[in-house]
Amino acid sequence: MSQAPPPLGTPVVRREGRDKVTGTARYAAEHTPPGCLYGRPVPATIARGRVDAIRAEEALALPGVHAVLTHENAPRLKEPDDPILAVLQNDRVPHRGWPVALVVADTPEGARAGAESLRITYESAGHDVLLTEDHPGLYTPETVNGDYPAVRERGDTDRAFVTAPVQIDATYTVGALHNHPMEPHATTAQWDENGHLTVHDSSQGSTKVRDSLVTAFGIRPQQITAVSEHVGGGFGSKGTPRPQTVLAAMAARHTGRPVKIALPRRQMAAVVGHRAPTVQHVRLGADLDGILTAIDHEIITHTSTIKEFVEQAAVPTRIMYGSATSRTTHRVVALDVPSPSWMRAPGEAPGMYALESAMDELASALGMDPVELRIRNDPANEPDSGRAFSSRGLAACLEKGAARFGWYDRDPRPAIREEGPLLLGTGVAAATYPVYIAPSSASAHAAPDGSYRIRVNATDIGTGARTVLAQIAAEALGAPVENVRTDIGSSELPDAPLAGGSAGTASWGWSVHKACTLLRRQLDERAGPVPADGLTVTADTQQETAEESPYARHAFGAHFAEVAVHSRTGEVRLRRMLGVFAAGRILNPRTARSQFIGGMTMGIGMALTEASTMDPVFGDFTESDLASYHVPACADVPEIEAHWIDEEDPHLNPMGSKGIGEIGIVGAAAAVGNAVRHATGIRLRSLPLTPDTLLPYLL
Amino acid sequence: MDPSRGRDDGAQQPAATGDRSTLTLQINGTERTLTLDHRTTVLDALREHLGLTGAKKGCDHGQCGACTVIVDGRRANSCLLLAVAHDGAAITTVEGLADGDRLHPLQEAFLDRDALQCGYCTPGQLCSAVGMLGEAADGFPSHATPRRAPVSAPAPLGADEIRERMSGNLCRCGAYPRIVEAIEDVAP
Amino acid sequence: MKPFAYLRARSADEAVQESAARPDAVFLAGGTNLVDLMKLGVEAPELLIDISRLPLDQVADTADGGLRIGATARNSDLAAHPAVRTRYPVLSQALLSGASGQLRNTATTGGNLLQRTRCPYFQDTSKPCNKREPGTGCPARDSAQRDLAVLGHSEHCVATHPSDMAVALSALDATVRLHGPDGERTVSATTFHRLPGDTPDRDTEIRPGELITEVVLPPSPDGAASVYRKARDRASFAFALASVAAVLSVRAGRIEHAALAFGGLAHRPWRAHAAEDVLRGAPATDETFERAVDAELTAARPLRDNAFKVGLARNLAVDALAELAADS
Repeated sequence: MSQAPPPLGTPVVRREGRDKVTGTARYAAEHTPPGCLYGRPVPATIARGRVDAIRAEEALALPGVHAVLTHENAPRLKEPDDPILAVLQNDRVPHRGWPVALVVADTPEGARAGAESLRITYESAGHDVLLTEDHPGLYTPETVNGDYPAVRERGDTDRAFVTAPVQIDATYTVGALHNHPMEPHATTAQWDENGHLTVHDSSQGSTKVRDSLVTAFGIRPQQITAVSEHVGGGFGSKGTPRPQTVLAAMAARHTGRPVKIALPRRQMAAVVGHRAPTVQHVRLGADLDGILTAIDHEIITHTSTIKEFVEQAAVPTRIMYGSATSRTTHRVVALDVPSPSWMRAPGEAPGMYALESAMDELASALGMDPVELRIRNDPANEPDSGRAFSSRGLAACLEKGAARFGWYDRDPRPAIREEGPLLLGTGVAAATYPVYIAPSSASAHAAPDGSYRIRVNATDIGTGARTVLAQIAAEALGAPVENVRTDIGSSELPDAPLAGGSAGTASWGWSVHKACTLLRRQLDERAGPVPADGLTVTADTQQETAEESPYARHAFGAHFAEVAVHSRTGEVRLRRMLGVFAAGRILNPRTARSQFIGGMTMGIGMALTEASTMDPVFGDFTESDLASYHVPACADVPEIEAHWIDEEDPHLNPMGSKGIGEIGIVGAAAAVGNAVRHATGIRLRSLPLTPDTLLPYLL
Repeated sequence: MDPSRGRDDGAQQPAATGDRSTLTLQINGTERTLTLDHRTTVLDALREHLGLTGAKKGCDHGQCGACTVIVDGRRANSCLLLAVAHDGAAITTVEGLADGDRLHPLQEAFLDRDALQCGYCTPGQLCSAVGMLGEAADGFPSHATPRRAPVSAPAPLGADEIRERMSGNLCRCGAYPRIVEAIEDVAP
Repeated sequence: MKPFAYLRARSADEAVQESAARPDAVFLAGGTNLVDLMKLGVEAPELLIDISRLPLDQVADTADGGLRIGATARNSDLAAHPAVRTRYPVLSQALLSGASGQLRNTATTGGNLLQRTRCPYFQDTSKPCNKREPGTGCPARDSAQRDLAVLGHSEHCVATHPSDMAVALSALDATVRLHGPDGERTVSATTFHRLPGDTPDRDTEIRPGELITEVVLPPSPDGAASVYRKARDRASFAFALASVAAVLSVRAGRIEHAALAFGGLAHRPWRAHAAEDVLRGAPATDETFERAVDAELTAARPLRDNAFKVGLARNLAVDALAELAADS
């Protein structure tokens, strides 16, 4: 008899796949309780000021319009845990697109017509929406996103830089970007007669949704059920509740009916967050052997006037390469712009674009292969903290990737490979992403028939969480994975953190592993069969995750890209891309590969097609729809290979895994940009690399 | 041509007044008669009136393809189709692709290749792929078709052809390479 | 979107009569742009006259060897039509370089011609726009301009026409047949779309109540080859940054027939008459092509952010002509 493969590390098919390919998987806006009404938010049309008056008579006179909520009649909230949720509480307009009213009607058509019929007047104040390098409002915050210090300095970086024989001094800019998950943010909310609120929310974590609603509405956790069963992507923008969650709950309370809100795509750019633009000044000093002696990475970015969110773009520079001196700083200015937030690998994605472009420039200046340059500067310990790495697979990723990609045949000279009007080139860049972990709880239940049921409020935003958690449980239980059922996606389940920071699987999985390990022990110690109502064990990982690791823990990777640049149009098309990642143990190669490729694809968009432009006159993002915000289309994405190295790291969690959801985007844009430079000889330091940016240098 | 005669002389003419009409859609082989606001799109009719939420609303403006269904044999963005104008149309949604419990070969291929992540674009990708394979078999060219390809012959579907023909369906999870593989598995 | 009445026209005559009686009426064919604009609040008709079931979808040869294309022929059907693919490849290529497979299955010939600019200010009813609301101003001039016009714009409007198909039709010397309350008339595809001047609210020469019934292509000039070239941000499913439709016949090294039209540069497909004057009778050389295209593009007046379009259009046109010359 052949033995079944161990559950962990095998390419189990995603559990909800069948529901998704048959269209039966239901998302937040696809729950329509009897009597459900439709809400349509109304965005502010000024960038700063206050609402003077909202005349709703005309809207209310339309057939089917039930209510118009404004700051004058909306339910009062307690102070929310996130200022973006304090909607319809006062007349202030902090940015264009801020919701100033909500129209509630029988039908989506009625709600839209009602929203168009509102007569709103404003008292407009002058606005300030443009990030500039010398903005007088720039300041150094205490901390940046992720609670990192804004400034870190080791040694005399200035002096080391000016005395370095080889210097790179360059400024890179990454404009604002938008997550644009395919499912617009949506909530269906319903209060029952006992004051219990149920929300189906398009969220990366419904425990967090529940907790935010507890704070905003001043009710007890037991009074709320938040469900996020299937979520159409989030990429950070659904990490915490967005305004539609609160608006739906408010409107449902106000009307006494269930209310559903799905944000119109055009409203999303202003209310669900964006990757903040960054201006990044990088200085690298190196000796003639390419050994770095100075690394200086200065970030300038923006936040909104209602909350401080600082894109931590210089943070990865603190751990990436060894250098005797290092300075990393962040400055931010609060502008009258929508609030920035998380977008896939906040900090790492823009920061590593700059650092890895600068490393490529340094390699060129040295006449050294860029793979070799990176390996030479691979540090033994984490440069910032001095701690040992739990594992660091950067060099292995670079070497394996270079071999698989055919890198070593490369002629480093730029602009010499022609294919008709096309210029071909290849580029490399490194990737990194930290290992985060958050406390989670889970229960494991053994039934007499040999089946198991795992309950944990994890969220599957497309990662395959149900599947990998069943694998983790099966491994810990010593059971076939088919015998394990996983219940996720509801706040009625044991509390768990959100799917973010590439920490979901590790955090949820640890609690699942712990509950299952304890359950298995009970089963092993028990004489006789499982009792009729089964055995249940609940576990949480508060204690385990609170312990600070003595190790520096990060995932690493390397991207290799080949591009074709049309010398006559400036169009850049990717030919192929290959990534190799060192991310601990890969728990499900099938779903992991999809995530790596997905991250790389978003990196292609960052490199070549995506841009959100701040309109200085109106104070909004010009690209408000999917015709103008160019998410890569199928034709933009050629064959992409994702590989990994087997990494045994005992210092992570019982599964030995690092996060994989974000590292795929980190460095991807730099690899593409470096390939464009190799193809053309043109070094652009701003993204995306669209024809208008390249063509002037090609003509 | 004779512009005096329409194709559906027998059909009841909705009057030029009023803002609702009764219409019949043949959905996945079943006739459904509805009285709808003229503003209601086929997508909203499916999702909000018929409980068929397989077709997704991603942008509501024909810019993402998540709402793709097959209308009278051709793929279309259902968010831009007014239901009243499609009285009598035969519509296939993702719910109608499988034959009972037996999945459509494309559905199987999507599972085999893990050609989906969040799943929100998936129904549109599948309906689009079904329609696209039909178009190619019928000899419809694409931007990727060689300029001197034989006219009216079935278009061979290499990866570049599939990518071009599937570019009306955005996927933010980045499943494109797997989607292309899945379609290649099924394509003739 | 406000409620509207709906009428399924039984004949083109009925459609035109109803439209004449109801100035608030709009014709509905594929609806891919109309429904989009209605959702945006840019269009707010009180009556939709559905012409999609009229037998206006035929594509047929004309007696003189040209081609008549029904107004409701779907873009995908037209692009696949053997006569178009063999005799007017520029038209097939233009159609296939626009939109997506789904949209092309729905969009019609007439609707494609009548589609409106994607200027972001036009599409956003919370902002001023002379095209949408005459007299309110043109904020595009001071804001996002990369995608806007470099030719023929006015202080009132810098929008571009988004169609690829219309660019090919212009280069093919197509005519647009209109059926109106006062009978039928024909307008050249090249002058069907207008320049904005001080009335940017009018995209075309179409008169109230007029219905496009067909587009007629003259016979393809002897020995002429044609091609469409388009540059865009995405590899597919994106509007043109610039595009060119070129038709060329060369005999004994000299250019006999040349037609050139640009897309993405102006408020209408930009027929390059000045370039054609240089081309006609000249030797089919790169030098001629460059000189011809430069003669046309000296008229360009780029805005702050879109000067790249001039060089882009030049390269596209020169390369398209060179390709056709090499093939002939």
